[in-house]
Amino acid sequence: MKRLAVALLAFTTLACSADKSDDAAGVSSGGGSGSVDLTGAGATFPYPLYSKWFADYATQKGVRINYQSIGSGGGIRQLSEGTVDFGASDSPMTDEDIAKAKGPVLHIPTVLGAVVVTYNLPGLKAPLKITGEVLGDIFTGAIKKWNDPRLAALNPGVALPTSDVLVVHRSDGSGTTFVFTDYLASASPRWAAGPGRGKEVPWPVGLGGKGNEGVAGQVKQTPGAIGYVELAYAKQNALPFAAIRNAAGNFVLPSPDGMTAAASAVSANLPANTDYRLSIVNAPGAAAYPISSFTWILLYEQQADSVKARKLVDFLKWALSEGEKQAAALDYAPLPASMAAQLQTRLASIKVGTAQ
Amino acid sequence: MPEGQALRAEPPALPLKTSARGDWMYQATITVFAAAIPLLLILIAVSIAVAAWPALSRAGFSFITGSTWDVGRGEFGAAPAIYGTLVSSAIALVLATPLALGVSIFLSEIAPKWLRQPVGFLVDLLAAIPSVVYGLWGIFVLVPLLRDPVGPFLRDTLHLGSTPLFSGPNYGYSMLAAGVILAIMILPFISAVTREVLLAVPRSQREAALALGATRWEMIRDAVIPYARSGIIGGIILGLGRALGETMAVTMLIGNRAEISSSLFAPGYTMASLIANEFSEATSDMHLSALMAVGAVLFIVTLLVNAIARWLVWRVTRGGT
Repeated sequence: MKRLAVALLAFTTLACSADKSDDAAGVSSGGGSGSVDLTGAGATFPYPLYSKWFADYATQKGVRINYQSIGSGGGIRQLSEGTVDFGASDSPMTDEDIAKAKGPVLHIPTVLGAVVVTYNLPGLKAPLKITGEVLGDIFTGAIKKWNDPRLAALNPGVALPTSDVLVVHRSDGSGTTFVFTDYLASASPRWAAGPGRGKEVPWPVGLGGKGNEGVAGQVKQTPGAIGYVELAYAKQNALPFAAIRNAAGNFVLPSPDGMTAAASAVSANLPANTDYRLSIVNAPGAAAYPISSFTWILLYEQQADSVKARKLVDFLKWALSEGEKQAAALDYAPLPASMAAQLQTRLASIKVGTAQ
Repeated sequence: MPEGQALRAEPPALPLKTSARGDWMYQATITVFAAAIPLLLILIAVSIAVAAWPALSRAGFSFITGSTWDVGRGEFGAAPAIYGTLVSSAIALVLATPLALGVSIFLSEIAPKWLRQPVGFLVDLLAAIPSVVYGLWGIFVLVPLLRDPVGPFLRDTLHLGSTPLFSGPNYGYSMLAAGVILAIMILPFISAVTREVLLAVPRSQREAALALGATRWEMIRDAVIPYARSGIIGGIILGLGRALGETMAVTMLIGNRAEISSSLFAPGYTMASLIANEFSEATSDMHLSALMAVGAVLFIVTLLVNAIARWLVWRVTRGGT
């Protein structure tokens, strides 16, 4: 009994001191009640960056954000059901998704990510060079051998093996698959006519692995395998990745600069009323990396709770200015500056009050 | 201790009325508990059926017979997954049953006493390993083994490559890998039940066989196993039930390819893997409903397999007496 009392006392003291530090950190933003202020759910891909943002924001402004990285689909579902204050997704909501939601949904791009083509070709020193069309042929099964003339023509002077190509793809529905198939559908007519784009598609050939780690594991183990994973994952695990020919005809390795270049090429001529559901695969621009994508935070244009709405908008403004600076260190790319500025004004359009 | 015994021998007399009410309350409570389980099962079945209805009514019979699973075009045929669930479980049973029987017979009849406890404990411990750990072990140990020594051995040394069962390229991630991992996972379930059942065979049964001049092997074969037959089959059913529903380890090893292939080297798919793979990113109503329908089919397949197995037990026990 005595022990319990001591434990309780210790707990309350701790809780009090936590509250105090919150108050010191910033009552100015109107937050810091000690409990969670905002909840969000969605994409796993930007989670490493988001969790850093939320931690930094909590210490700087005292606003606590609880985010569950349950996948883009789960984020869209929870936003539609109104169980979270914001959602996050690697692929934009479809019109059908938006129709099911409780009102118009705003897509706010936060950062850029890239999907890389990784492979297991022992003895290959320089990065493999590849085009979207050839990639489409490989993933539809039209190219079966590594020494296929179409691959050899792109990699002059490289001794490609005579072995079979083993395609490895994601078995679980994922934003990574959406970005990759979105690119294949725009760069390869054969792919566009076949499986098409989606978070899960009927793959004509190959093995399925669950998650980035599933694909990477199968590629690493099997000589002759080719697959796709997120850039951050490939870098952290030292996987080789291919240089891909972009729309301007240059072979580009994935990099934050390449992604930002792809985004600026597309965002340069955006109409003022855009909904930001943009695809930037195969973007024009000499330095653009062609398999790039935005990742979005989703929120209702019409917010019911004015306190929460204020906090959410404040956070997004902070993310689009301060937060962007942390992106490159974690292998994401910041938005082009002009686009970030444009989004700041878009955030002002959020209305508070019950929906009509 | 005579005092203590005397005390225990004379319980205080309970008034009859309270006892009757106590009985009634006891019966009511127990009845509620007993009813709760079947009720839960019915509720689960009904809610799955309701959620699955849109997809089932749209796809009709082709949901079970169709082999195209194309979310984008709204075409849902679960045949490859149904096939994969049944085949991977069948491989598991074929591999695990003789092994589990052998282990159990050894431990209950042949092993020296000092060996029984530790070996039995280790076999039981297989059941305590989490599924995802089996999956990881499969990726790093089993798959490379199947790809290199085992695959070529089956195909070239045993000349099975010409049979449809072992044809085509072998990448390791395959129906065979899933079946082998399932076999290891269900082995402790079958062997634990079988061991207990064998140990429960009366000593007189064994002594009678030996007295008639049977060798030890004949005693086990003709006196012990027939006596324990229904219990052994019960253990196998338990293992089968687990194999049908196992998700994580299978998803990590089967290659997740929605295609029916006669070759065990080819990748496949199971119903449980399909749900686990696609549920988190399913947003459209029809997709969610189709996944629920897969769940419903898995539910029905499991019930059917169990019913058949029970019928088998019933027939065997009737034939045995």
